Amino acid sequence: MKRTLLAATTALAMVVAGATGVNAKELRWGFQTDTDSLDPHAHAVTFTIGFLGNVYEGLVRRDADLKIEPALAESWTVSDDATVWRFNLRKGVKFHNGNDFNADDVVFSFKRIADPDAQMKTNVASVKEVRKIDDHTVEIITSAPNPILTSRLNSVFIMDKEWSEETGSTKVTVMDQDKISPAGQTSMGTGAFVITDRTAQVKTTLVPNKNWWDKTQHNLTKVTMTPVKQDSTRVAALLSGELDMAYPVPTQDINRVNSNSGTSVLVGPELRTIFIFMDQASKNLFGTDTKNPFLDVRVRKALYQAINIEAIKKKIMRNLATPSAIMISPKLFDRASDFARYPYDPAASKNLLADAGYPDGLSARFDCPNDRYVNDEQICQAVTSMAAKVGIKLNLSAKPKAQYFKQVLNPKNRDYHVGLIGWTPGSFDSHNVVTNLIASYSDEKKTGRYNLSNNRDDRIDELNPMIQSEGSKAKRDAMIAEVYKRVHDNVYYIPLHQQALAWGKRDNVTLQQRGDNVFRFRYVTIN
Amino acid sequence: MIAFLVRRLLQAIAVMAVVALCAFFMFQFVGDPVNQMVAEDATDEDREYLREQLGLNDPIPVQFGKFALNAAQGNFGVSYQHKRAVSTLILERMPATLELAVTAAILAALLGVPMGVYTGLRRDGFASKVIMTLSLIGISLPTFLIGILLIYLFAVILGWLPSFGRGEVVQVGAWESNFLSASGLKSIILPAITLALFQMTFIMRLIRSEMLEVLRTDFIKFARARGLSNRAVNYGHALKNTLVPVITIIGLQLGSLIAFAIITETVFQWPGMGQLFLQAVQVVDIPIMSAYLILIAFFFVIINLIVDMLYYVVDPRLRVDQPTGGGHG
Repeated sequence: MKRTLLAATTALAMVVAGATGVNAKELRWGFQTDTDSLDPHAHAVTFTIGFLGNVYEGLVRRDADLKIEPALAESWTVSDDATVWRFNLRKGVKFHNGNDFNADDVVFSFKRIADPDAQMKTNVASVKEVRKIDDHTVEIITSAPNPILTSRLNSVFIMDKEWSEETGSTKVTVMDQDKISPAGQTSMGTGAFVITDRTAQVKTTLVPNKNWWDKTQHNLTKVTMTPVKQDSTRVAALLSGELDMAYPVPTQDINRVNSNSGTSVLVGPELRTIFIFMDQASKNLFGTDTKNPFLDVRVRKALYQAINIEAIKKKIMRNLATPSAIMISPKLFDRASDFARYPYDPAASKNLLADAGYPDGLSARFDCPNDRYVNDEQICQAVTSMAAKVGIKLNLSAKPKAQYFKQVLNPKNRDYHVGLIGWTPGSFDSHNVVTNLIASYSDEKKTGRYNLSNNRDDRIDELNPMIQSEGSKAKRDAMIAEVYKRVHDNVYYIPLHQQALAWGKRDNVTLQQRGDNVFRFRYVTIN
Repeated sequence: MIAFLVRRLLQAIAVMAVVALCAFFMFQFVGDPVNQMVAEDATDEDREYLREQLGLNDPIPVQFGKFALNAAQGNFGVSYQHKRAVSTLILERMPATLELAVTAAILAALLGVPMGVYTGLRRDGFASKVIMTLSLIGISLPTFLIGILLIYLFAVILGWLPSFGRGEVVQVGAWESNFLSASGLKSIILPAITLALFQMTFIMRLIRSEMLEVLRTDFIKFARARGLSNRAVNYGHALKNTLVPVITIIGLQLGSLIAFAIITETVFQWPGMGQLFLQAVQVVDIPIMSAYLILIAFFFVIINLIVDMLYYVVDPRLRVDQPTGGGHG
């Protein structure tokens, strides 16, 4: 009771102080899980980081269209060789406790996030050193030329050094009872919203930050976030008016939410690309004595052309998908329109199979997650039956993601033939796709960790580091396009589609839906 | 009596150890926790480092030994997902589950017993037949479906009750209670009914068949021959004799209510231990899973122990026999 009361009083005090006679505008929001904790560096979980982006900020941030814009850094310059970045920090910014934001906080936060126990450390993998020049200037030195450094810095949240020292939060939590960081339960950022009360897994309450440095666009006075795990319960809570905003809305409930008066579903393309991979390294299909048919590009193309992507879009995704010809969302690559899918053509598939020496067809195992992507298992079932029609007999094995990823994500033991997976590039840039999914696997060069097709293409391996360090956008895009063309021509992968986002909301709520499925309260208005 | 208790307690510890061991070996098949924790583009080194930190590279018997040693000292480790002490997480969630389970048990008993008596006494009455038919629904419909139907009716269509959550909870010491605020009371109605429905029909059917059994016995005939009133016969003699097994069953079912609250908790977003466990399974949060399973085993063992002791108290024959004979069938 005490805690609730205290929270209520705090919230009330801030509302009274902040609003000038305006009605209270509370946004009640339900998502399927809670944030793992409030520590901004400990978890590599999209939802946790996305939510904390309302409370914490990086040197840069992404706007509603995912474009990088200045945040805690007002401006920056980069050396000609793209290894030294100088950031001019915004003056007069204060943390929620009133402490000043300065270069020490930046140096401290970059050190904290680089800790081996911080799962967000991949965002600063290319950073060699962060140097304080003066109170409002820092230099970031990268170990290799990195023209797209800022595309990662929006997820490097800046914490208050003094607060972290006072509370004993200078290190992220490790798996040791005695070293639990208080930053997991409380927060101290510079962002547009302040967490006033939180019961993990039950409810988190936020109020606007009155002293925020940026101009306020929203008209909220309070936000409550409640996890509601069960799809049907979440939809029911939206329909009954207990929530103002809830996502994801499952595809089969979209019509119901739309037909209900006062609620509707906001649909938009997500950045994640769903695709099929085929093992192209093993001589024999894993665990069998059968020669691996997918070594032959004709077989891979036959599977590609056997898939009726429009039918999957209409019947399974209920039109909530955008078929894709390349391995990245067209929103993230300007030359995406240069590419088109191979047409759906079962007759051509059969010819290709016959040419490749499989006139009577072939069979292989098909692994698939059943709780990871929108309608993942149904997509795999559809692919299985479509492939069967041309003579490719896929034996489908669908399992929960925890088991599925354990099985397929082991580069030392490729226990699969064909499988389905999805990928969102963490940097929103093609290089991330090329280096993780398309370049060949090398533990030493740290490339191809997710190259589940196990293709080895020397030209792509040659282009990969060049894409990383190329400063000219036109040249860079040309190289990326060359990689995607090689993937397309050789059918290293079969891209399927970008799935759609479905956010349910009450009609009086206006908001911005970001393609990365991140919800920013600062764009919300309630009428 | 003391020898009996000591023996029981030793058995209890053995049961919990076996549960922990089984659980631990099962976890090898749940999946890989590391992939659930690292960033998508984490390197092999990052993964190996984390694996080492979590102690996943040790052989399973070593992992179990470490776990058992810590657990014996009340240390269940840190949750992989939440990065908080597992014992804290579970203790935070326990009041929600216990309040829900106890409310459901009371509801089931308060409604189940009278209905059982009624249908036992008037087994050919119209109302009895209606009750018996409806009870089939309680026995056969899956819990999550009942929950969703109740949500749809009472929250979406009628708008009387909340569809999810615990409402405002009131802190009493370390215990968060639902019973001291209007919204808390409103919130517990639907989940408690959902959870109670199966138990209620179960108790009702049990009492009914026991009543039918007892009403045929000689002592009831003699009671009637003595000219006792119907009320005295039915309630004073018949019902009293049916209650012995029923008390046992209600006691044992309380354990199942706590354990099987998982589904109800998920449907109603009830922040209890079951929900914590289910989330842990999805991300392979082994510390939470093991602690939860051991705790549930502990509840079952304790409830069984209490039931055994009740038998010992209630049934004088057991006191003459060897005490270990006090099973519960």
